[in-house]
Amino acid sequence: MAAAASKLTSKDFQSDQDVRWCPGCGDYSILANLQRVMPELGVPRENFVFVSGIGCSSRFPYYMNTYGMHTIHGRAPAFATGIKATRPDLSVWVVTGDGDGLSIGGNHLLHTIRRNVNVQILLFNNRVYGLTKGQYSPTSRLGMKTKSTPDGAIDHPIDPLAFALGAGATFVARTIDVHTQHLQEVLRRAHAHRGTSFVEILQNCPVYNDNEWLEVEDRKQRVGAALVLEDDEPLVWGSEGSRAGIRIHDGVPSVIELADDHDAVAKGVAIHHERHETPAYAFALASLQRPAFPLPIGVFRAVDKPSYGELLEDQVATARSRRGEGDLAALLNSGDTWEVTP
Amino acid sequence: MSGKPTEEIERVAIRFCGDSGDGMQLTGTKFTEATALAGNDLSTLPDYPAEIRAPAGTLAGVSGFQVHFSSADIRTPADSPDVLVAFNPAALRANVEDVRPGGMVIVNVDAFTRKNIQRAGYEDDPLPALGDRFEIVEVPITSLNRAAVSSLGLGSRDADRAKNFFALGLMYWLYNRPMEPTLRWLESRFEGNVLEANVRVLKAGHAFGETTELFPGSFIVPRAKIQPGIYRNITGNTAMAWGIVAAGVQLQRPVFLGAYPITPASDVLHELARYRHFGVKTFQAEDEIAAISAAIGASFAGNLGITTTSGPGMVLKQEALGLAVMTELPLVVVDIQRAGPSTGMPTKIEQGDLLLALHGRNGVSPVPVLAAYSPGDCFHTVLEAFQIAVTYMTPVVVLSDTYLANSAEPWLIPDVEALPRRPVEFHTEAEGFQPYQRDPETLARPWAIPGNPGTEHRIGGLSKEDVTGNVAYDPANNEHMIALRNEKVQRIAQEISPIEIFGSDSGKLLVIGWGGTHGAITSAVEAAQEDGLSVSSIHLRHLNPFPPNLGEVLGRFDKILVPELNCGQLTPILRSEFLVPAELMAKNQGQPFKVQEIRDRIGNVLDEEVR
Ligand code: SF4
Repeated sequence: MAAAASKLTSKDFQSDQDVRWCPGCGDYSILANLQRVMPELGVPRENFVFVSGIGCSSRFPYYMNTYGMHTIHGRAPAFATGIKATRPDLSVWVVTGDGDGLSIGGNHLLHTIRRNVNVQILLFNNRVYGLTKGQYSPTSRLGMKTKSTPDGAIDHPIDPLAFALGAGATFVARTIDVHTQHLQEVLRRAHAHRGTSFVEILQNCPVYNDNEWLEVEDRKQRVGAALVLEDDEPLVWGSEGSRAGIRIHDGVPSVIELADDHDAVAKGVAIHHERHETPAYAFALASLQRPAFPLPIGVFRAVDKPSYGELLEDQVATARSRRGEGDLAALLNSGDTWEVTP
Repeated sequence: MSGKPTEEIERVAIRFCGDSGDGMQLTGTKFTEATALAGNDLSTLPDYPAEIRAPAGTLAGVSGFQVHFSSADIRTPADSPDVLVAFNPAALRANVEDVRPGGMVIVNVDAFTRKNIQRAGYEDDPLPALGDRFEIVEVPITSLNRAAVSSLGLGSRDADRAKNFFALGLMYWLYNRPMEPTLRWLESRFEGNVLEANVRVLKAGHAFGETTELFPGSFIVPRAKIQPGIYRNITGNTAMAWGIVAAGVQLQRPVFLGAYPITPASDVLHELARYRHFGVKTFQAEDEIAAISAAIGASFAGNLGITTTSGPGMVLKQEALGLAVMTELPLVVVDIQRAGPSTGMPTKIEQGDLLLALHGRNGVSPVPVLAAYSPGDCFHTVLEAFQIAVTYMTPVVVLSDTYLANSAEPWLIPDVEALPRRPVEFHTEAEGFQPYQRDPETLARPWAIPGNPGTEHRIGGLSKEDVTGNVAYDPANNEHMIALRNEKVQRIAQEISPIEIFGSDSGKLLVIGWGGTHGAITSAVEAAQEDGLSVSSIHLRHLNPFPPNLGEVLGRFDKILVPELNCGQLTPILRSEFLVPAELMAKNQGQPFKVQEIRDRIGNVLDEEVR
């Protein structure tokens, strides 16, 4: 029977299938945290749909005791669009990876974001192809040596958030597989947003690209390597004795060292605003990469725009109020007709 | 009525041709509407270049529209026109050899300047020489048209744009068609000077026919004796779109169309986009793959998912179509075939995608395939496809083609009350729910949709365990599931009525066709029968599975001939499946079969018997 939304627990979201990721894979943590957040969202379990493509991350729907579709490589956003466009009542989540979403599925990701389809897209970024056993991906670093790039990768990587921002994303965030609190909060925010919520989750693949995100995954190192974004707060990171901030001048970010008694804002450190009309600011943030800069995590951008589904429902409602409910016989007999009599 | 004498004739085929900017499609369409209202049976065929605007006056830019009408039953736009209306030398050159010997060729003589003649590739004025073989009628259309609108103060470019209506008015006079439908249409479409210009020009053309000495008299094609009822003109693409709307009404679920623009399928998207008040949602996707994927998503969520495309798009959709086979979701895929391979000839005709529809996917991936056989039949075929899709929980492919898509015929408007009605019922019972538990009769799995508590389940492309649908790699289970999916599609045959044979139930030759060749094949077989040959024909709408009695019917004939607009796609299937010596008649010119071609071939096949 249906459990009332309020009484659901994370257990209600666990399916009866054995989870089959490699031991130590970051996906376990993401799954557990999502299952923890789901009961809090006030959505009946039967109204959740998880949609994925192909890849390690795309096994996700099988482990969620909700409705789910494990589709074909790269196309999950398109399936999700069809679901959400016809069923605005559902909470639709897309789970993808850096290969699935940004390589074969780049086109669908782009257009789903552009349309602002009201779905959550979680892109697990481990900077490698796991399921096909270790080839470089579109987010792999230049020079990365893999089976398919024995001499090192020679294509320049793409940053998922920069990609999403370029597509006009209305909600863009980054979080970390093992950073439980942060991950949960970002998922809640993503769910609350209307339109496409794009979330990059930095995910460790211990088998093919271990410790890719060590600096931000490790609690101690994180303090000096991650810039935690808080709305209306200055872009400051570090701990006592090693504080610094980000200044953005003419769109170009730079680092300002801060003494402990410095007023960051007075020193020219930028204040984080999620709601800038222009994506230029968020884009500048997305350009911050290690090791020259800290890696920002949190919500980069959250702006309000009508979603694809709302506009579509508006058109249907307008057509119905203007022309009345469709009448098939009237349609078939419309225009020039003639009668043949016996 | 004309003051000149009128002569009654049974049938006539007219082809309008000119630059693609001359409005030939519009002229043809308007003539068709007027002809339908005059009560004739008719069939039309547009022929236009793929380029939006090829250079004016060149062969590449020639656009044509043929309309065939009769007081008797007709099924094709006619092999060769009896009358050609050519707006310039290029149009003449591209079309005149198709005209029946002795036929009438009306030319806009104003366009026969040195420059235009040369641009068309003629050395000299071709008219004198053609006069030996055809009845040439030289009409100064451009100048007569300009004169008709001179007092309106239009620029010569604007004025010249109306000249197709001069020719239309002239043809209305020549064949005694009513002008009213066109006048009504003009009034609904234009206003002010433009309306006035078109009305004047149409009437001027008509009056010119009445007064000129070029035409001694006009012709009357009496009303045809056709089945009583209310008729309208319809093209295959419009019928397809309306059939999709009808499916939503008859199955009581909203339609979701995912589509990407592609010739010649885009018109179905355009048409459906106008029916939001039926709850029809159309989604112009970023590509062909997204179009089908979104449609499958919509199906999963409980809608009637459909995607429409043509050959190159059909290729791109195959992986997703395979997923729909594996997930056993209802879906309709419409492939309006065009001439390939590759981009091929996007506006030309071919039946090249049957094997693609049947076998275009990896692995064993059975899909039911239906083919419409006439423009109006597209309506019924797509409606049937949806019924099969939801009853058997399977994707279904509907094949149409460029010819069916664009040609028009009078269509007996179906009585909505009499249309099949099969409201969808979802599986809602949570107790004991298993996503791959099958209906014993249809083998369909249950359709349980998101939002229904207790039936939460996951589906995907990985191999499925019987009943539970869990991911499974068990060898015996895999074989069992493949067999089940095959068997499910074969069971659809129980819904197919036995084949109707055109002609005797047995004999020397059976001609078998599928799709848009129906008109040409039937007319050719009819002609051969009238000549006393022992020949019958059948036309297959169901290509997978076949009608249950097909094998038995094949066995009753000595020989089998299969005309196909490809290099043989149905033919090898008939041979391998029924072990019959099916003979292929292939044509790959981007054009439909001519009736005479098939009639001749029937004679050849039966050669010995005839003599
Ligand atoms: S290959 Fe990497 S990403 Fe895939 S399951 Fe194993 S650890 Fe996780």
